[in-house]
Amino acid sequence: MNGFQIKNSVSTAFAVLTLCLIIPGVFFCADRADAQNTVPERLAQAILNLADPDGEVVETAVFALGESGDPAVLPILETLRERSLYLWLKPDGVRTVVIGRELINQGDISGYRVQEPYGGAPMKNKEGQPLFLPEAQLESIRLSRRLRIKITPMLDRLRLFSADAAIRESAATKVGLSGDPEALPMLDKALNQEKDRWVRFSLTEAIGLIQLTDPDPAIRKQAAETLGKIHAMDAIPTLEARIKTPDGGEAEENDIAVKAAIQDTIQKISAWQVWARTVETIFSGISLSSILLLVALGLAITFGLMGVINMAHGELMMLGAYTTYIMQEFFVAYLPPGLKELYFFLAIPLAFCIAALFGLVLEKSIIRKLYGRPMETLLATWGISLILQQGVRQIFGAANVDVASPSWLSGGLRLAVGIQLPYNRLFIILLSVIAVASVYLLVLRSPIGLKIRAVTQNREMSACMGIATERVDAWTFALGAGLAGMAGAALTLIGNVGPDLGQNYIVDSFLVVVTGGVGKLAGTVGAAFGIGGLNKLFEPGLGAIYAKVAILLLVILFLQKRPSGLFPAKGRHIDS
Amino acid sequence: MNSLTHSKKGNTDTLKWVLIITGCWLALLMMNLLPSKDSIFYLSSFNLNTAGKYMAYAILALGIDLLWGYTGILSLGQGIFFGLGAYCMGMHLMLSIGGEGAYQSDLPDFMVWNQLESLPLFWQPFKSFFFSMVGVMAVPALFALVFGFLTFRSRIKGVYFSIITQALALTVWLLFNQNSMNLGGTNGLTDFKKILDFPLSDAATQRVLFIATGICLILAFLLCRWITGSRLGKVLIAIRDNEGRIRFSGYSASRYKLFVFVVSAALAGLAGALYVPQVGIITPGQIGVLPSIEMIVWVAVGGRGTLVGALLGAIGVNWARSFLTSNYPDLWLYFLGLLFIGVVLYFPKGMWEVSGRLKTLLKSRKKKQPVIGKQLT
Repeated sequence: MNGFQIKNSVSTAFAVLTLCLIIPGVFFCADRADAQNTVPERLAQAILNLADPDGEVVETAVFALGESGDPAVLPILETLRERSLYLWLKPDGVRTVVIGRELINQGDISGYRVQEPYGGAPMKNKEGQPLFLPEAQLESIRLSRRLRIKITPMLDRLRLFSADAAIRESAATKVGLSGDPEALPMLDKALNQEKDRWVRFSLTEAIGLIQLTDPDPAIRKQAAETLGKIHAMDAIPTLEARIKTPDGGEAEENDIAVKAAIQDTIQKISAWQVWARTVETIFSGISLSSILLLVALGLAITFGLMGVINMAHGELMMLGAYTTYIMQEFFVAYLPPGLKELYFFLAIPLAFCIAALFGLVLEKSIIRKLYGRPMETLLATWGISLILQQGVRQIFGAANVDVASPSWLSGGLRLAVGIQLPYNRLFIILLSVIAVASVYLLVLRSPIGLKIRAVTQNREMSACMGIATERVDAWTFALGAGLAGMAGAALTLIGNVGPDLGQNYIVDSFLVVVTGGVGKLAGTVGAAFGIGGLNKLFEPGLGAIYAKVAILLLVILFLQKRPSGLFPAKGRHIDS
Repeated sequence: MNSLTHSKKGNTDTLKWVLIITGCWLALLMMNLLPSKDSIFYLSSFNLNTAGKYMAYAILALGIDLLWGYTGILSLGQGIFFGLGAYCMGMHLMLSIGGEGAYQSDLPDFMVWNQLESLPLFWQPFKSFFFSMVGVMAVPALFALVFGFLTFRSRIKGVYFSIITQALALTVWLLFNQNSMNLGGTNGLTDFKKILDFPLSDAATQRVLFIATGICLILAFLLCRWITGSRLGKVLIAIRDNEGRIRFSGYSASRYKLFVFVVSAALAGLAGALYVPQVGIITPGQIGVLPSIEMIVWVAVGGRGTLVGALLGAIGVNWARSFLTSNYPDLWLYFLGLLFIGVVLYFPKGMWEVSGRLKTLLKSRKKKQPVIGKQLT
């Protein structure tokens, strides 16, 4: 190796090392971007003053920091409250304020890896190593109880300026509920520079809530009207408390015009609440329907088209779910953390393939011997399901395994105040739409589908026409099994993953297929939406269990009326 | 096929089997009573109790065989009827505890726990022993009558019937789990103390229960024999083999089906009622979807369409279950699963067929004659 190469490789190694150091740093200190900035002169003095023996000086310093509106002072106030802010007396007499969060032992000396107070970045010594200070050199900065209590509201006000919108929003809500008029200027300032729609909403709500206690009736009235205009749902308890007459006393609010405005606002918000709840019910109905559809789709093929009562359908779903779990573990263990979130993209097709493969083996070994004897397939596949369950229980344990939804599916799409559609539910709806569309195209619009339908309708005739019926059977069953596996992967987003995952869905999915009319894709879709929708409709009144009971009874009654389901297959056969 | 043989031969056959069953039953009883405790022939009271439990299951299996083996109706909800009978009995036993419960209240303990003030109305009649004994068969029969009437009238059959009964089993299971149903919720009914003022913990009481179970089993066996041997039984088999044809011949298939469904429900209820005092607990876990389908496998393994096969299947599978769950708890589900698959694939008529085949094989060896004609199904 010549010198050039050595130099080259060294510099590469160095670059990689730097990158490794920088990347986590960037991720970690995202909201401390201005930590590198120098401390403003005014604040630097205030920070030093915190350690002053004079109580008044300390108080002034605390307030100066609290009202600075600079989120970088948050670590100082936080640690001040938790008593982990320290004064470092250097041997040369220079006084520095540092943060020491966790007591650690280095050799025989216990001490802290200290952080910069302003911004909270770790401090470095001259060699670039994290700075370790022994406990003996540090002197804890303690506040009086009175001052410590005052810090809490300051923290929330400072968080109004955090870089993270979620923190800003929750801070705004907290400040609003505190009802402290002193916070108003900060809220106004925050509102002026705020861009995010939902933080603006929270800020407006907070301002309105605080202004409800304003001495000026005109402002109170206006505040009430504003709250009504933005449909501030969280404001209702406060609004009601304002006009409610305590026993034998007068309501806090005594101005008639304001009272009327508040009453009006409450009505407006309540009406909005009803509307929001309706939208939410409809959405959860659609969501449940799409889950049922996804779960029943594979069965619509194995049972509906092939006449195989596949009681192991649920366990194929369980296989899909466990495939997702294995993928997740694999990604976490072997791939860089940045890729971790992508496991789900790979898990869905893989779950499909594994379940389909398993279905293929099942068909080749057992199911093919039982065509035309549906009751026998029922018993045999039930046996398979027991073996699969017990196998998974022995490999992965009887307890549920933890499948973390990818972070890009957490949270939800906020349409309006009080209406939030979770991303994972939206994803499942999308997935079921795609799955139904693909099955439709494959079975009803493709040459392969033509063969599948031909075989299921008249096996002998299809064989005469040169269709390899056995191969078609095997692949059709594999398709149904694969769809079950995919459904199982999707179910990890919303439910527990355990050995009895399949059991919870098997009866539901059979009911969907039977109710829809066997062999009818449109029937399956219709039944899924009927059952899912009615379930969510009943749930508020009856509770989850009784709603389910009511649905099961309704389906049983419905089938008495229409034994062949929503869309019966036309035929003149005696048994049809 | 037994039921197609001449009635005279059928009668001697029945007599033979009744004698065999009675013999085994009495032998077990004697083994508990006569030998000294160290003798290898001694059967402990615990084992006698277990045998009584299996015999209760056998009664239920006879009902399933009548329904599935002879009429071709696969009900995945037999656990419901078993449960109804068991809960009727359990309610009576609960009430006969009186004030001896943990809370010294006249109400069952779980009701005190659930802060109920008075006994729910549907519990009241179960204070009477006579009513409860009628109820254990009447309640499941009535339930089967209503459900079966609706279902068979609309000609739901085959796997659709199976799926609907399974949904019903899930529904009933969900309901029985609810505390608000006042049936003890997930914990079920337990802590029974006495039956007709005889303490249940007494070995003598348990022996009497064992005798009662044996008598019930023999009576149930005779009833099923009588049904399958009569003209009625022939219609049932005809329904199994070609329902459309039976309908066109002028029989009301749905009435026959309803009849046999109700009989099997009543037998299941009786089994439940005999099960509860011997086992001492009934919970929703024993009557849901999974137990219901397990009951089917007893009959499938033993041999559907042969009453003795169903009877032996129930006893054999449950014995295997006790043996495996206590010795190799992890293997039981594998065994059960393989049993399902193996029986369906290789012995569609169950173990009874295997023994029949062996017999024919031996006979043909002796006579050195080929077996003529294969049974048609």
